[in-house]
Amino acid sequence: MSSTQQAVAVGRFAGTRPATRAWFGGVHGADYVWAIAFALPYVAIFLAFVVYPIGFGIWMGSDAALYRELFSDPRYVTTVFNTLIYVGIGVNLKLFLAFLLSGFFIRKGWWIKALLVIFILPWATPALPAYMSIHWFLSGTWGLLNSALYELFNFDGPVYLNERWTGLGANIGAYIWKTLPFWTVILLAGRMSVPQELYEAASVDGASGLRRFAHITLPMMANLYLVCTLLDMVFALGDFNSTFFVSGGGPAMSTEVLATLGIRYAFTLGIPNQGVATVMSALPLLIPLVVLLMRKLRMSEGQL
Amino acid sequence: MSATTAGSSRLHSKLHYRLQRYGMEAACLLLGFLLAVWSLTPIYNMWLIALNSHEAVFSGALYPEAPTLEAFRVVVTQDFWYLERFWHQFGNSFIVGLSVMFLTLFIGTLASFTIGRMRLRQGWLLTNAALMTYVIPASFLAIPMYRIMNTYGLANHLSSVILALTTFATPYAIFIFSQYGKSIPMELDESARIDGANPLQIYVRIYLPLMAPALVAVGTYALLLAWNEYLYNFLLLSTPQSMTVAVALAQFLNSDESPWNFMMATAIIYSIPPIVLYYGFRRYMAAGLTMGGVKG
Repeated sequence: MSSTQQAVAVGRFAGTRPATRAWFGGVHGADYVWAIAFALPYVAIFLAFVVYPIGFGIWMGSDAALYRELFSDPRYVTTVFNTLIYVGIGVNLKLFLAFLLSGFFIRKGWWIKALLVIFILPWATPALPAYMSIHWFLSGTWGLLNSALYELFNFDGPVYLNERWTGLGANIGAYIWKTLPFWTVILLAGRMSVPQELYEAASVDGASGLRRFAHITLPMMANLYLVCTLLDMVFALGDFNSTFFVSGGGPAMSTEVLATLGIRYAFTLGIPNQGVATVMSALPLLIPLVVLLMRKLRMSEGQL
Repeated sequence: MSATTAGSSRLHSKLHYRLQRYGMEAACLLLGFLLAVWSLTPIYNMWLIALNSHEAVFSGALYPEAPTLEAFRVVVTQDFWYLERFWHQFGNSFIVGLSVMFLTLFIGTLASFTIGRMRLRQGWLLTNAALMTYVIPASFLAIPMYRIMNTYGLANHLSSVILALTTFATPYAIFIFSQYGKSIPMELDESARIDGANPLQIYVRIYLPLMAPALVAVGTYALLLAWNEYLYNFLLLSTPQSMTVAVALAQFLNSDESPWNFMMATAIIYSIPPIVLYYGFRRYMAAGLTMGGVKG
């Protein structure tokens, strides 16, 4: 941690050191024009498609009456609970699994490598076909899951998507299915970047596998794990596809999350301001996540 | 006497060790098998439905009893009214994907060149703007974005989706390019300057060629992001002429009586390009991810 801050600090001072300034420190003259010209496309995109929509959204959702109406809507309260469960369980369960699986995939052997290729497939498949398939897989009357349960165990499975909790579980499960490979690969890369000498030194000192895990792997991976958790929380909070295509928010809008409810208000029910207010009500959760993440990501940039 | 017990106990521990290893290997194989089933089941389900005839879809069979490629024929020959313009829409998806890719690479490299190479003093503002955009969920901006695209007069125009998706792909590009750019020695730029090169020449002749691996990684990322996106396509493109495949595919859900085997065949054809691309450039993608994606 302190070394990271040091690296950031050094980086900042290095910019004002006269030796580098001679060429690059203070951009001036014709170079300044070039620098501005190079930055211009991104600045234009950012102003037109990030700043303007955000400002427009804040304006649309600025009426306090919208929020009074929202908070008195029982569907909204259900949605907030669903979102918290979706983000809380979906992200943490998945990252824990990804962490364990990264330990499995770091093993040597040809079939582990082959398995990784298969395991990546859900991530390579576009979300829309994948979630559509999962929706039909879970279909109560003729879905593959219930057919298989009946053939194998003579068991009549429930109609999963007709029930709030199984429906929500299906959405979370589908999201985990789709994104587990991605986080496993990230954590696998993290594990592989832990210097091998540390393990060798520990082995020489007689540390058991468990102690090597507790005193080397865990501390080396902690920061990466935290960044992944925060980042995926933001992704999960904004995930529209899984809920929309697996349970469709049903039955009776009992499995909606904030991302889908906002769109539902705006485009199905035709009250866009209410939709914006729904999304805006996620800000108390989103802003701390964003601030934490930006700090973490900037630090990692200074470190590299 | 004592020698034989020592020998047998050594044999014993060796056997014990072996058994433990085989046990471990067996457990790993079992876990591997479960993982393969978990990963492949929804994919298998797609093929199962697509290979069935329209009636057999509802039979509940675990494998297609009379597999037929009829559904694929219907999609390829556009023989169903949801699919009348399938290849046109497929082309739209390609146009959107490639445009997002090129715009992202263009804007991203230019911005990261200013930040990392020219050391513009206000560069941190750009970095922060990019980071902020990266961590704002795109779906949260969808409603105002829909409104302003109408204001800009871009509704039902491919450029609306292209611009919106470029906005969401560029931050990651800037992030990765800035990380990767640090591995290119600054002395190269300095010596080019002494030889009288201006920043544009350095960008074209030195920066871009040396950034090639990062360009491949980010280009693939942007192309996949655009191809796989649904919400923005759906909101901004609603005419059959302007639709992309993702929107056309979701149209099947408008009715409860749709031919699901046609839908799944469409879904499979739609999934093939990104899967091929992903596996083709997996090496670069993995490198890109470890380079900076979320490295702590």
